[in-house]
Amino acid sequence: MNLPADLKYTRDHEWVRVDGNIATVGITDYAQQQLGDIVFIEIETIDEVLQQGEVFGTIEAVKTVSDMFMPVSGGIREVNEELQNSPDLVNGDPYGGGWMIKIEMTNADGDLDGLLDVGTYEELLSQPD
Amino acid sequence: MKRTAFTSFHEELGARMEEFCGYKMPINYEGINEEHLTVRNSVGVFDVSHMGEFWAKGPKAAAFVQKVTTNDVNALYDGKVQYSCFPNGKGGIVDDLLVYRFGPENYLLVVNAANIDKDWAWCVENAKGFGMEIGKDLINASDDTAQLAIQGPKALQAMQKLTSENVTDMEYYTFKQFDFAGIKDVIFSTTGYTGSGGCEIYVDNKDAAKLWEVVMEAGAEFGIKPIGLGARDTLRLESGFCLYGNDIDDTTSPIEAGLGWITKFVDGNDFIDRDYMAKMKEEKPAKLLKGFLMLERGIPRQHYMIEDADGNEIGEVTSGTMSPLLKQGIGMGYVKREFSKLDTEIFIRIRNKALKAKIVKTPFF
Repeated sequence: MNLPADLKYTRDHEWVRVDGNIATVGITDYAQQQLGDIVFIEIETIDEVLQQGEVFGTIEAVKTVSDMFMPVSGGIREVNEELQNSPDLVNGDPYGGGWMIKIEMTNADGDLDGLLDVGTYEELLSQPD
Repeated sequence: MKRTAFTSFHEELGARMEEFCGYKMPINYEGINEEHLTVRNSVGVFDVSHMGEFWAKGPKAAAFVQKVTTNDVNALYDGKVQYSCFPNGKGGIVDDLLVYRFGPENYLLVVNAANIDKDWAWCVENAKGFGMEIGKDLINASDDTAQLAIQGPKALQAMQKLTSENVTDMEYYTFKQFDFAGIKDVIFSTTGYTGSGGCEIYVDNKDAAKLWEVVMEAGAEFGIKPIGLGARDTLRLESGFCLYGNDIDDTTSPIEAGLGWITKFVDGNDFIDRDYMAKMKEEKPAKLLKGFLMLERGIPRQHYMIEDADGNEIGEVTSGTMSPLLKQGIGMGYVKREFSKLDTEIFIRIRNKALKAKIVKTPFF
């Protein structure tokens, strides 16, 4: 399982890459493995300002539909348009080409503190369901 | 959880295993889409040992099968298979099944894994009415029988390597019983649930490991791969085949479900619910099961609402997926009869949006 050390993680199996005040968000390698073939991504919240924990989009695998949640509060400044035609990028490259959104954070200090570092996330994955 | 005779092979291959109808079954090995395309383009092999097998034998067998199934048992001959269903006495369907005729007094009924107990109870109840002896004239062989489905355009060509019997020229929905790669008396049936051709092979559990090995070896040159239940579902849906529990159930009649072609109102076929179904056919059902194609981007799912252009509810989705071949959303659902014509525009309510779709013919590809 690929879990880059420089990322922050959530209990909903999302990752966050922080660059200044911009947070790039995607789903983890574990999440894409659990979902299986990703066949559809729907994100229609571009330019909206959402709070941490709110739904920003939906990810559909062959058999399942899952919501995706804002790991931090902020305005959605960019959506990965590539995923419209190539949702399988999430399976093949979850931390690269499979990114979902870029958020301009409105409460970076408070929100980022609550996210998991790689060690804590790994521990979460090793716990039985 | 029950294991089939092939479960250890799936585990060794690293398949994602989940409980299905009480059995530990493979959902996928690689990815569902890739497995789907393997079957459409070459050949794949499914463990379908969870299916149920009942034998009806003796002088009352034909009359019994005629009574409990909607199709006409008199149309069968030795070596012929028929798709059929069990009506439930209340206008619904107990299960859909295959009927094999081995002889005028010898029939094999192949039923869905999810319904084995219910079907068995239903058959026992009806067989007793014919004076059939349970365990002798009606036998439940479900736990002793292993089954592989080898499906795809290369399936029969691959299997031909394993037998001197001519199998590549066998007609669709027929079967033969013969020695196959050293295994005695396999049932070799040109049936399947994918719409890509191929066969299903039944053996005793004791011969299952050998069967798996020879099938994989014979298929190697065609790129044969094991296929899980995930792709089994997308393949059957893309072909427009009903899934019991989704598209048909205890409350839907075969007439509504587009299964009029297996509901035969011929002389000598006095099946359960015949009068009810004949009346429904004549008066035309209020709703019909139809295939539809999404014209806007979205994936229909079971229980999503179907609407007309004004947002009025006109039906419900019973099965839906992203078609791996078309890369478009496809589905089946019951719609009011006036919306059931080909090319009728309908709308699927997906997450608070009504997305455009149209009624199409199945198979979808």
